[in-house]
Formats: sequence, structure tokens, C-alpha cells
Amino acid sequence: MATSLQTPVAPPSTEPSLLPTKLTRARPLFDPEIVQRATRDSFRKLNPVTLMKNPVIFVVEVGAALTTVFLVRDLVTHAAGIGFEIQIALWLWFTVLFANFAEAMAEARGKAQADTLRKTKTDSIAKRVLPKGNIETVPASRLRSGDIVIAEAGDLIPGDGEVIEGIATVDESVITGESAPVIRESGGDRSAVTGGTKVLSDHVRIRITSNPGETFLDKMIALVEGAERQKTPNEIALNILIAGLTLIFLLAVATLDPFAIYAVSSSGAGHVPTIAVLVSLLVCLIPTTIGGLLSAIGIAGMDRVMQHNVLAMSGKAVEASGDVNTLLLDKTGTITLGNRQAVEFIAFEGVTEAELADAAQLSSLADETPEGRSIVVLAKEKYGLRGREIAEHEANFIAFSAYTRMSGVDIDGRMLRKGASGAIANLVKELGGRLPANYEEISDRISRGGGTPLAVADGPRALGIIHLKDIVKGGMKERIGQLRAMGIRSVMITGDNPLTAAAIASEAGVDDFLAQATPADKLAYIRREQGEGRLVAMTGDGTNDAPALAQADVGLAMNTGTMAAKEAGNMVDLDSNPTKLIEVVAIGKQLLITRGALTTFSIANDVAKYFAIIPAMFMATYPALRRFNIMGLHTPESAVLAAVIFNALIIIALVPLALRGVKYRAVGAASLLRRNILIYGIGGIIVPFPGIWIIDQILVWLHLA
Amino acid sequence: MTTNGILQILAYFLVILLLAKPVGTFMARLFEGKRTFLHGALRPLETLVYKLVGVDETVEQRWTHYTASLLAFSIFSFLFVYALQRLQGLLPLNPQGFNHTNVSPDLAFNTAISFVTNTNWQAYTPESTLSYFVQMTALTVQNFVSAAAGIAVAIAVIRGFARQQVNSLGNFWVDLTRATLYILLPVSIVAALLLCANGVIQNFEPYTVAKTLEGAKQVIAQGPVASQEAIKMLGTNGGGFFNANSAHPFENPTPFTNFIQIILIFFIPAGLTYTFGVMVGDRRQGWAIFAACAVLFFAGVFTCYWAEQKGNPNFAKLGVETHATAGQAGGNMEGKETRFGIAASALFATVTTDASCGAVNGMHDSFTPIGGLVPLFNIQTGEVIFGGVGAGLYGILLYAILAVFIAGLMVGRTPEYIGKKIEQKEVKMAMLALLATAFAILVFAAISSVIPFNSPTKDAKGQAVAQSYWNPPGPATANFNNNGPHGFSEALYAYTSAAGNNGSAFAGINANTPWYNFTLGLAMLIGRFLFLIPLLAAAGSLAKKKRVPATTGTFPTHGPMFVGLLVGTVLLVGALTFFPALALGPIVEHFLMQDGKFFSLLAFPLWS
Repeated sequence: MATSLQTPVAPPSTEPSLLPTKLTRARPLFDPEIVQRATRDSFRKLNPVTLMKNPVIFVVEVGAALTTVFLVRDLVTHAAGIGFEIQIALWLWFTVLFANFAEAMAEARGKAQADTLRKTKTDSIAKRVLPKGNIETVPASRLRSGDIVIAEAGDLIPGDGEVIEGIATVDESVITGESAPVIRESGGDRSAVTGGTKVLSDHVRIRITSNPGETFLDKMIALVEGAERQKTPNEIALNILIAGLTLIFLLAVATLDPFAIYAVSSSGAGHVPTIAVLVSLLVCLIPTTIGGLLSAIGIAGMDRVMQHNVLAMSGKAVEASGDVNTLLLDKTGTITLGNRQAVEFIAFEGVTEAELADAAQLSSLADETPEGRSIVVLAKEKYGLRGREIAEHEANFIAFSAYTRMSGVDIDGRMLRKGASGAIANLVKELGGRLPANYEEISDRISRGGGTPLAVADGPRALGIIHLKDIVKGGMKERIGQLRAMGIRSVMITGDNPLTAAAIASEAGVDDFLAQATPADKLAYIRREQGEGRLVAMTGDGTNDAPALAQADVGLAMNTGTMAAKEAGNMVDLDSNPTKLIEVVAIGKQLLITRGALTTFSIANDVAKYFAIIPAMFMATYPALRRFNIMGLHTPESAVLAAVIFNALIIIALVPLALRGVKYRAVGAASLLRRNILIYGIGGIIVPFPGIWIIDQILVWLHLA
Repeated sequence: MTTNGILQILAYFLVILLLAKPVGTFMARLFEGKRTFLHGALRPLETLVYKLVGVDETVEQRWTHYTASLLAFSIFSFLFVYALQRLQGLLPLNPQGFNHTNVSPDLAFNTAISFVTNTNWQAYTPESTLSYFVQMTALTVQNFVSAAAGIAVAIAVIRGFARQQVNSLGNFWVDLTRATLYILLPVSIVAALLLCANGVIQNFEPYTVAKTLEGAKQVIAQGPVASQEAIKMLGTNGGGFFNANSAHPFENPTPFTNFIQIILIFFIPAGLTYTFGVMVGDRRQGWAIFAACAVLFFAGVFTCYWAEQKGNPNFAKLGVETHATAGQAGGNMEGKETRFGIAASALFATVTTDASCGAVNGMHDSFTPIGGLVPLFNIQTGEVIFGGVGAGLYGILLYAILAVFIAGLMVGRTPEYIGKKIEQKEVKMAMLALLATAFAILVFAAISSVIPFNSPTKDAKGQAVAQSYWNPPGPATANFNNNGPHGFSEALYAYTSAAGNNGSAFAGINANTPWYNFTLGLAMLIGRFLFLIPLLAAAGSLAKKKRVPATTGTFPTHGPMFVGLLVGTVLLVGALTFFPALALGPIVEHFLMQDGKFFSLLAFPLWS
């Protein structure tokens, strides 16, 4: 925070977009190692037992197998049109493989990350403290919850736990990817340590809180690997939809056979479509695109959250974040910079501002709080007063105490004090001084404006008031505006009094605030919102946040927070940056949009496929249907083949989109929908026409059909 | 297309547009349990009904209970209608002396299901099959209650969206009673009088025997027509008193009665879209549904009208005048009544299949291929263009669920409709309903295209002797009236009409054989109950959910974009499911017609 001390002007926003482009853990989309692994896996996934979980692709596999069986029969009987049949069978198998590949790609990315994590899980040695006080070394895997260990500089912390004694700097880059060391100390909200991280300096005594195999690192590995992946509610609903559509198309294609038998017999021309052609039509109609990409989208969504250094405990949590209606944001650290800063010296009558600044600076020289330092800086900047060598003087610093509510210095016989306006007023009166007439008025004015008045006195003489102000983070107002455009209400939570809170709330542009909030108030607020049908997201780090974190639909716990907080929430931010909640919401929305967009695209594609296949099927029976061949495809064989190939290739073509997600913009639902319907709905109807036409041209050119 | 024709269509739509709000408001009040202007007269009757049947109107039902009540009521109705038909010889008001030999068991089965499911498919010829008593007590009663049941289900589904965090969807018996007493009865009475005043007959006379100018004997059927006519249209039933249905001059004598009849078809369905808006607390939502229906209506009616007015190009090639002139309608007048002309016939055909009415004022079989494709496709999309009474609304809500689910994901949220999250259960039920309809249409039509029953043989005297109980004419395709794609269209239309609970016929196929009676009956059952039960289940699940307040992040379901999306979903789902079948029916027939190729009548005699 060194920069922000120099001036109480917040740094400009560096991230105007909700989704930062630079991701700490990002890998290239087609990392060769991952592609190799995914290719291997896509063959493994051909196993019908596992494929059955994906009804759409399973139907394709059954169709491919059926076509292959008939192909073998025709090979034996030397039937005509073998070349066409071979190609259809091949492309049907490719369709299954491509769908498998999409899922395998998403999984492989997770597995690659898990491998990296697993490498750090070398079996470290723990220094266990025995009840008698002596120390024994045991493998970390033998530690149980409740054991006490010590860790010194250079040691790997053997398991998750809580610091119960001492303070140390710890390198947590294994978990967070952030190389700057962090401080862990006993007591307070920074006591949690994670197994696998490394002590850099000092030593601490730790109480182990988890058994081997259940540690944070273990959970993290399981999560990124997708081992615990369960389908989310929306994913299940979507699966029902596409399975239902598959059944409907199965009906449409299966009944086409008897319809064709009637048509052929009544017109006396042509022949009933072969199994290969019927299966082709079915495969083209059923939503293979979304069927093949659905699970990849889900896994990739989790992965994207991970790339933002947020660990989601379930896919459900990510999905829920897209649905959030209300965002509870802590004022301090999220909406405002962590600390209040001095912005103005207001001197009373008969006192110059310079005199006040001088007294304020003197009284704050030993004050290491950010507020104190900001007073020193402001005095220096405004009046050129430099920090003086205190050693020259006989100075006795009085530290702040909650009892006196003031701090200061006794120097050269002067008694300089600064503190809460009430406390200073009492002091002045006790010492026989008189308060200026506008004392109350000035401090009230500052309070109403969202600031904190800090009075300064020299013995019985009140000098003036320092205006301390909360500084709203740069870009925060824009972000909250974006949230509003997305239909999300942001609520500021603060311990400040309602006056101060209202002023900051209006400055930051939040929709509502909760002042003088206790953890119980927070919980009650969440319950009320939920009672009205809203979904609530919040961040928290302290143990007393835990109930609210558990109650919220999305609870983002800070990694620096306590174990209780981390366990109560359903996501952990490894960077401990509360603002990230906004990004998580955007990722959740993006996940849902990607699913909807690809479903729409998949269904819209069918229109063109009908135009390609139906005339091809009945060209001999009803030559009049040639009018339906609006793409002018060359032959019935090339038409069917082109549709099947397009259907297979589109899965591969959309893998990057499924993995990256559809572009998301923070705009209202109406314009978002208009845009997406245009691209994926109307686009989905149009795109296959030229696509199939081109493939048909190529097939004819290559003499394949 | 003529200006006169276009104006007729626009005038019709304008009346529907003006009626939607008052009718919808009335129904919303009625089903929300508020007083209406009819309560003074009808409330005592309503409470009397509850007292007689032992219903506590304050008790609400869960969706399972609601569905069970509906099913119990339908089963009872089925048995009642079946028994009455078979026993008609023993019952009064039977001047023609019809008895059980006129109604075979399979025909009675088919007819009973047909009227209980609000299909009103008529495999029989009414005037030569059923007594006045059966028509009035069995069929006309079902015209009322099957329609009321449809309205009840629609209201229950609306409540699923309107309510929050409750288990109950209302009380089936109360909804049924109210729909019958406050809506169907009063409007039918007014409409019946109006029709009567304009020449629709209403009597209990035996059939008149007349001597024609050529001296031939002609039997002219009579009966209490006007009373059945009103509810036939209002309840989107469509079962005619006479075989010729609304083409018969006693059922539909003038262009004005014709206009009243098509108004009656959309009277309740269009109103229900507004009722939906009122009950969910956002009228715009109702208007959005109305708008989507209107777009689909116009697309259908103008396609049909255009095709019919254009007529058969082969006539023009022969030098026949096919343009509309002062002296003639031009276009394709085959199978149409001259008193209605082309526009009113195309309009009637479109409206009757937009809704699940199924009454006809012309022969759809004689329409041009494209003109016939419109009614066929209308039914295949589930008759959601305003639709059948009740069935239309819950049908379009199914499409709304699907549209919102697919496109709604693209705004980055779990899709919501009317503030309710559309999740697993709703999607599953919507898909189940779609699958059931597609199954009933495609599978039965496919089997009928190939199933080989034994052909009849000739005995010593050269008389045909049936060799198959199931289908005396022989293979199921032998019942088609035409060969080639047109014959296929007839079978496809029959199963489409049955599964869609429409009841109109392409009128070519001979469907009164055990095979067709039985399979068409099954198709009607599947189309009715496997469609509405999933919808009720979805409504039950929706009612339990909270309503999420709308924000700028919510997909807006009241604007033109949603209307476009809903229209697109209806068309796309219908087209993708039925395109192969349609390509081998009306579509190829259309192309063949342009090539100058036609399909002869088959040599088999018509059964009815």
C-alpha cells in the first residue's frame, strides 16, 4: 500500500473488463501434451458402459455400430455402394470420437493441473511435539487431526492446521501461484496454514486440523481433476431436454422407414432408404453438438474459475454465481481501500492550518496505523513539514487505547493529543479549556459526509479537526454500474454508523447498505433476501463470517481467512481478493450462456440438414422433391455424406468456444439475448448451408461421392 | 387473394381482439373466486351442485389429487357415453329407431373416448347412427364438461405460475362447475338463440321425406341442432350434428352464422390469454402470449387463403378461369360451400385447427396440398394458436417453458418464466408431453402405412367377404381414399387430428373399422391425458417455488423478442418433428401438382 499513502487519490482502474485477459494459470488451449492425452482418452471413452451416461452420443455410437454391422454384411455379399457406406460408417465413428475428444480435452486440462499439484505433495517430514514436550520426526502422512507440530524456516508445513504460537512468513505459491510470501501468526484471522506450503523465516507451532487425504491440497487435486464432478442442476435439466429431443428425432426417423415403404410402393419408383442413410439422418438431427460439448463446457467453467485462482468446491456453486441477484460486499477492502486517509486539516478560530498540521504530524510520528501515516504524509505535502528527528527532543509517545480513544505525544512540555471528537472534547474540558463554538458542527459535517473527524488538542486548547476519509477504490463505481446492468444489486456491509455508511454508499454507487452490521445482521439480511426468492453471494474471512458464508448461495472465503470461514463457504479465493466475487459471477453467467448458445446452435443446425438429406433420400421415389435441394448438392450420396461430415466437424470446430466460453458482456438481459439469438440462433440456421455445400464440392472434387 | 377476403379475415381478428379483455377479465374474476355479474342468478345453482355431489368448495387439491379427480371424472364419463350408445334402442327420443346394431363396440369405444377427450372425431355418420337422446344426453353433455375440464386444467396451470410456495392448484370439481355454469352454459344459450334466429334448425321431428324435382325420394335429417351447434363451437368440440358438419345448411346456413361460429371457437381461448396475464399479476405476459398466437394465426390463415385462392395451376393451363371475378370465387372451390367462398372457408379451416375444434365448413381433403398442409401443421404444433378451450393455453405455456429454457440460458441465468425457475422437473414434463403427442401421431401413422391385414376375398356369387376382423377392407392403406402422397396425408391427418384432440378429418379415409377405431381412440387418449398430466405435474412443481423478482438481468417475457422466440419455438419444434412425414405427404404432393401429376381415387367403396 506504499503508493496509496502518498496521495489519497485512488489508483486508476487497470481492469475495465470483468474478465481479465491475463490469467495466472492459463495454458494454451491446444497444449500438445494435453491434446495427446485427450486423443488417447477419446478412444478409451468409446466403452459403451461409460458412454451411456451421455444419451446423445451413445445413440450415435449405437448408430455407428449398426452401420458397421450392415457394412460387414454388404462387404460379404458384395453389394453396391460400398464406398459410400464405408465413408458413412467412418464419419459416424469420428462423430463419437470428436465428442469424446471435447470432453477429454476439458478433463485433460484439469488432470494436468492436478499433476502439477500432486508433485508438490512429496511426503514431507513432520516434527511432531509429544505430550511431554520432546520432538519426534514422523512422515507427514502419519499425522492426525489434533497433533501439534513445529515448523521452522525451510520446512514444508506437513498438514493443514492453525498456528497456535509464533509468527512466520510462508511461501504459499504452491496453492496460490503467488510468489510473495505471506505472514501467518497465532490468533486472529491469519492463523490458518496449508499443508505443502513452505516456511521462509521464523518458526511456528501448529495444531493439525485435518487427517491425511482430507487436506486442502487433496481436495484441490480432486476438484481440478474432476474426480468429484457431479452434474449441476442446469446441466441435468439440459440433459433431459437433449435426451428428449433425441427420442423425438428417433421417432421421426424410425417412422420414416414405414412411410418410405408406403411411398415407394405407391409411386412404384426408387427404394426404401438404407440403414446407413437413416442412421445418418438421425445422427444429423439429434443434438450431437451440444451433447458432445455439454460436459466439456461444465469442466471448462470450473477450470476458468481455477484460472482466476478461485477454488470452487462444486460446479453447482459456479452455476449459482451466475444466478446471483444480490451481492454483499464488505466495505473495507472491497469497496474502499483498506484504510481511511487524512484529506483535510480544519483549524479552529485563532489557529492557523499550518499550526494544526504541525501538531497533528507531531502527534502521529509514532503512529504506525495507516491513518496515522496518512496524517504525516498530508502535513508534509500540504505544508512541507518533514518528519523531525524525535531523538533531539524529549518525547514520550502515548499509544492509542480503546479506553481513552486517543493517542499523542508529550513533547517539549506540550501535551499533543488526537482522537475521537468526543474523547478530545472531554479532555479539553477536564483540563479547563473551552471548546470552540463550531466544534460539534464541524465534526458532524464530516460524519455526514462519510468521513471520520479526528480532533487535535494541545493541552486545554482545541486546535482543529482532521478529516479522515474512506477512499473508494478506483473503477469501483463503474463495476457496480456493470453489476446493475447485469441485474445484480450490490449491498455494502460496514461497521460504520448509518450516516457515514450512506455517504460512502452513494459515492460508490451501491444499491443498498447495511450499517453497524454485526455477523447476525448479515445473516438476517441474507435470509430476508433469500426469502424473497433472491440468490445471495458474499465474501468473508473471519470465523464470525462463517454462518453467513454457509447461508449465502455463493460464499467466497478468503484464503487468508480462518479454517472455519473456508469450510463454510463454497469457494475459496486463493488471492484473498474480495473484489473477485464480481468475476466469479461473470464466469457463472458465461458458463450458462455457453450452454444455452450451443444448444440453440445445435438445434438450429437441423434445418439445413433436412434440406440436404430428405431430398437425397427420396430423389428416386419422388423426383419432384429435387426442388428441396436448394443447396444444389451433387448426388444423394454426396449430400448425405456432406451433412454427416459437417455434423462431425462442427463439434471439433466448437471445442475452443466450449472451453473458452462465449464472450460475455455486462449488459442487460434483453440486449444480451438479442445478440446471442442473432449469432447462435439465426447464425445456427444459416451457417450449415454454406458449410454443407462446401463439403459437397470437396467430396465431388476428390471423387469420394 | 381479394380485398373482400382479406377484410373478412381482419374483421374476424378485430372482434377476437376486442373480446379478449372482457372475456379474460370475467374468467379471471370467476376463477379467483370473486363475484361476477352472473353470481346473483347462478350462485344458488352452484352451491346446489356442490351440495348434491358433496363437494366442499373451500378445500383445495394438490396436483396429484386434482389430476386424480379429472381422471376419475373422465373414466366415469367414458363408461356413461359408451353404455348409452350401446343401449340407445331401449331409450326414448329415437324416432328413427336406431339400436346397438348401428353402433359396434369398437365404434362406441372410439366415440366415447372422442367426446370425453374433447376431440369429437366422428367415425360414424351421426344422422344414421345415433338417436336424439344419445346425441343430447351423452354427446352434448360431454361437449360441455370435456370443455370445462380443459378450462379447469388451464386454470390450474396458471395457478402454478401465479401462486408461490403452496402445494395446491385449486379444486377440480369447483373449477369444472364454474366453467360450465358461468361460462359455457350462458354463452351457449345466447349463441344457440342467435343461431336459431339465423336459420339453424332446432326440433325433435322425425326425418322429412321429400320428393325431389327429378322425382327421387330424399330423406332430410332433422334434430335439435342449434343447441348442439353453439357448444360445439364454444367448447372447441367440433362434433357435428350431421356428417357434413358446419358445411350442412341446417348447421350453418349463412355467412353470418359462419362468422358467429368461428368467433365462438376463439371466444374462450383468446380470453384465457388475458386471464393468464391477470392471474399472474402482469397483463403484459398475457398479451405477449396473445401476440404470439396472433402471429401464428395470421401466418396460417394467409398461407391457406393464398394457396386456395391460387388454386390448381393445372386448371389454368387448360384455359379455365381461376381468378376471382365478379361472378365467381375463382381458386379452388372443390369441397367448399359457395355461400362461404374461399376466404371464409380458409379462415374456418385455419381457426378450427388453430384451436382443437375440428368443426369444418368445407372438405379439407379437397384443399390444395399447401392449403391442407396448414390445418395439418396447425394440429401438429399442438393446437396452441389460441388453441382448444384450456388446452390451447396450457399447450402454449409448454412451448413458453421450452423457449425460455433454451434461450433463457443465453442471458446467463437459470431460466425463469413469470419469476419461476424452469428446472429439471418442468423441462422433463414439457418433453414428456411433446414426446407423447409425437408418438401418438407418428407411430400409429407409421404402422397404418404398412400393416398387412388380409384382403377380402370373393365368394361364389362374386360378393366381397371380409377376411380380417380388424380391417375388413384389407391392409390399412386400403382405407385411404386416394393413392400416392395424398392417401398418406389422409392417414397422417387422421392420427394428427386424434392425437391433437381436434376431430376434424381430411374426410377421405374410411376410419370406421376396428383397427382405426381402436388406434385412433388410443391416439386421442395419449394426446389428451399424456399431455395434460405432465403439464399439471409441472404446475404442481411451479406452485411450490418462490417467485424471483424481475431485474434487468431477467429475460423479459413480455416484449416482441419473447413473442418472436415463442413463435420460433412452436414452428421449429413442430417442423423438426414432422418435416419428414410432411415431406412425403402434402409437400411432395404440392411439387407433384406443379409437375401436373395427380392421384386417382382408390377403387374401394366408402364405408360411410
